[in-house]
Amino acid sequence: MTLTLVGQAVLSGILFGGVYSLMAVGLTLIFGVMRVVNFAHGDMMVWGMYLAWLLATRLGVDPVLGVAVCAAALFLLGVAVQRGLVDRLGDAPHEMQILLLLGVALVLENSALAAFGPDPQRVRSPLAEATWWLGPLFVDVGRLVAFGVAVALTGALWLFLRRTDLGRTMRATADNPYAARVVGADVRRVYATAFGIGAACVGAAGALVSPVLPFAPGSGLAASVTSFNIVIIGGMGSLPGALAGGLLVSVAESLGAVFLAPSMKELVSFALLIGILLFRPAGLFGRRP
Amino acid sequence: MTGGGDGAAATAAARTPIRGAGRWLGLAAALAGLALLPAVLSSYAVTVCILIFLYAYLGQAWNILGGYGGQLSAGHAAFVGVGGYTTTLLAVHWGLSPWGGMFVGGALAAVLGAIIGGLAFRFGLRGFYFVLLTVAFAEVCRIVVLNTDALGGALGLYITFTGDPWQLQFRDNRGYYYVALGLAAGATGVAALVERGRLGAYLVAVREDEQAAEALGVDTFRVKLAAIVLSAFLTGLGGAFYASYLFSLQPNAIFGIPLSVDIIIRPVVGGAGTVMGPLLGAVLLAPLAEAARTYFAQGGRAGLHLVVYGLLLIAVVLFLPRGAYPHLRAWRRSRGGR
Repeated sequence: MTLTLVGQAVLSGILFGGVYSLMAVGLTLIFGVMRVVNFAHGDMMVWGMYLAWLLATRLGVDPVLGVAVCAAALFLLGVAVQRGLVDRLGDAPHEMQILLLLGVALVLENSALAAFGPDPQRVRSPLAEATWWLGPLFVDVGRLVAFGVAVALTGALWLFLRRTDLGRTMRATADNPYAARVVGADVRRVYATAFGIGAACVGAAGALVSPVLPFAPGSGLAASVTSFNIVIIGGMGSLPGALAGGLLVSVAESLGAVFLAPSMKELVSFALLIGILLFRPAGLFGRRP
Repeated sequence: MTGGGDGAAATAAARTPIRGAGRWLGLAAALAGLALLPAVLSSYAVTVCILIFLYAYLGQAWNILGGYGGQLSAGHAAFVGVGGYTTTLLAVHWGLSPWGGMFVGGALAAVLGAIIGGLAFRFGLRGFYFVLLTVAFAEVCRIVVLNTDALGGALGLYITFTGDPWQLQFRDNRGYYYVALGLAAGATGVAALVERGRLGAYLVAVREDEQAAEALGVDTFRVKLAAIVLSAFLTGLGGAFYASYLFSLQPNAIFGIPLSVDIIIRPVVGGAGTVMGPLLGAVLLAPLAEAARTYFAQGGRAGLHLVVYGLLLIAVVLFLPRGAYPHLRAWRRSRGGR
């Protein structure tokens, strides 16, 4: 019985971990390319959720299809934030960056509050309400789909960074912006694209979990904090780190909910975070602190 | 976040005795004015002032570490929570007056500060990593308190109103006004002493270039540790006042990230790393904070005014990256007056 419970926790943890990974991939890309920590990350995710909800309730589009629209909208938002705000900071100290993005987070969270009200919403999707039995374990189809799409998107991003010109330019800029500029990279464009893709990742993650998790305008903060935990644990700027960290944190939280209390599950990821910060600040896959 | 120039102005003022005396007279007049103010203010205006003083106080406490030292803590709510809970629990279980309990609360907050700072600075966590460690500790406190029934759990703690000044309770809210004024004035004094003293100079050196400071023989670990302990102690005292003013302690409110942001935003808007910054920021943000509070009280759809709050933060960062005070001072100088 206990073994089944643990097995079930690990399975749901892995399935949900795909979405955690996609959130963290977006954050780690933004950080890796331009050393900016997107404090508005979770609030961008919440907007992805509400867009998926609008598409589902007004136009009857299933969130699995709505993902593309949400990702595109959040891409534009990310580009706007980078071009309109972060770009203008220049060489200001990093505290200013943090405060700027906290400002963006406040605007996003509270405009959602003004537009949609404080009550939690959930997208109804026939696909997400189905379950399959795998021996004694059940598989939540909504989570399985979210996992599959999230992993596919992460894979596509990986290929983009490795195989396309823009992707290579992005990695070159991440490595050394000055040298990239010298060899003719349009750094501003690279930055705007990277922020856009990072925001699109978290927007897609939002659309994917919208049928699985109830959400409210205030959900963004917890999502931001979770993304930060994962990225630190995996290693800031590391794509494999974000993927592995997402799965690790999700499974750890899921087991924490079984062995401690459901409300204590975040404690496990914070304990992991503090441990990593102190003993391996570069993270599991990071190269330098 | 540079606040240079203030110290130079202070020494210049000290060298010219007349200007120095004028400064003290101005200060005394301002304090006397604030002390007499409740006589003419409405009860509502007194409430607004209490919150201005409280946030100015918390801002001064944060500013020592975050403004002068450049160590951006986003977990100061943890110290407010520890101070508030300790004071309240001591009063409820052992009948200790909050006037004494607040110092125990402040001391425990200082211990927490020493633990966070000891770990962070020993392991060389800077910038974003330090921000996250402070957030993580505050969140751990919140989750632990939320799940500990002996501490009131998710329901929180409620304080019975007796109206007894010995219990830090007043039937007339002018009582709170004077306590809050005293706290804000005291913290401003401490901040001024820090700024003019050795600790402040070392902290600014650490903020501007930690390696250079170390090369000059500054024990940066001890300096940063002293700053976080002092900052946490003061914030813990503030927590005791917060608790007795609100009569209730809710883990999500008192340990939450939004309170930490509320503490940070005022000194930053006013001018981090300056004595006047937290005061100016608290006054500038009061109308917005008031709008938010009345909205919540009326059960209206909260949101739009906090959007303004966010836009203001963005505007300050982009257009006044050093906060309002340095610009105000430069503007007054350019007009030839002081």
